[in-house]
Amino acid sequence: MSRWRDFDIKGGQLKILYFASLREALGCGGEDVALPAGVADIAGLMAFLAARDEKWQVLRTRRNLRYAVNQEMARLDTPVAADDEVAFFPPVTGG
Amino acid sequence: MVVRVQEADFEVGTELAALRRDDPQIGALTAFVGLVREMNEGAGVSEMTLEHYPGMTERALQEIVGEACRRWAVLDALVIHRVGRLLPTEQIVLVAVVGVHRGETFAACQFIIDTLKTRAPFWKREVTPAGGRWVDARAADDQAAERWQE
Repeated sequence: MSRWRDFDIKGGQLKILYFASLREALGCGGEDVALPAGVADIAGLMAFLAARDEKWQVLRTRRNLRYAVNQEMARLDTPVAADDEVAFFPPVTGG
Repeated sequence: MVVRVQEADFEVGTELAALRRDDPQIGALTAFVGLVREMNEGAGVSEMTLEHYPGMTERALQEIVGEACRRWAVLDALVIHRVGRLLPTEQIVLVAVVGVHRGETFAACQFIIDTLKTRAPFWKREVTPAGGRWVDARAADDQAAERWQE
């Protein structure tokens, strides 16, 4: 508990998850990222990640990318805050 | 209202009996079982792996089943969806709905499977003679889900 409180004081972390073909393209299933200053929504987070690393440009170029915040489907203008769980993935194909 | 995501296979008869519990109000039971086909998009499929988003998957399925139970006068519903490695002819998903009359159970069952295909975070990766490939979302599935929008 105390460790998480320390994170809060520092501005908090985001847990980011990548699934399916996106996970394969990035070679990464997820990461913890300190909430970047000025990032307030999904669009801002995508811009930050894409600018951080060339490989993450796929977030901007991939068609029909889907996102979720705290396990609910989200939109580009959905707010993102400290301690949120954010996921990026291709359109779903279950059933 | 039961939702399960599991690697293990399921036995349809056992699951349907548990859903009915010999409730004498029930006059109709509609069930759908999705299976792994040996062909997809013109290529032979030797195996498939289903990935999902643990936590969100269960939430999404609960929401979809809950929505079905609010929209139609049904008594109970069940969704079991498998994940992991599956071979052709294996069962992928079971959707079952019980109610007083068949009109509601047919509609609710179809709503659940159509909506699951566009909203529940599962992804299929299949192996064909050309190698592995992620299955693309189908426009027909989007259209099937859209027709249920109020």
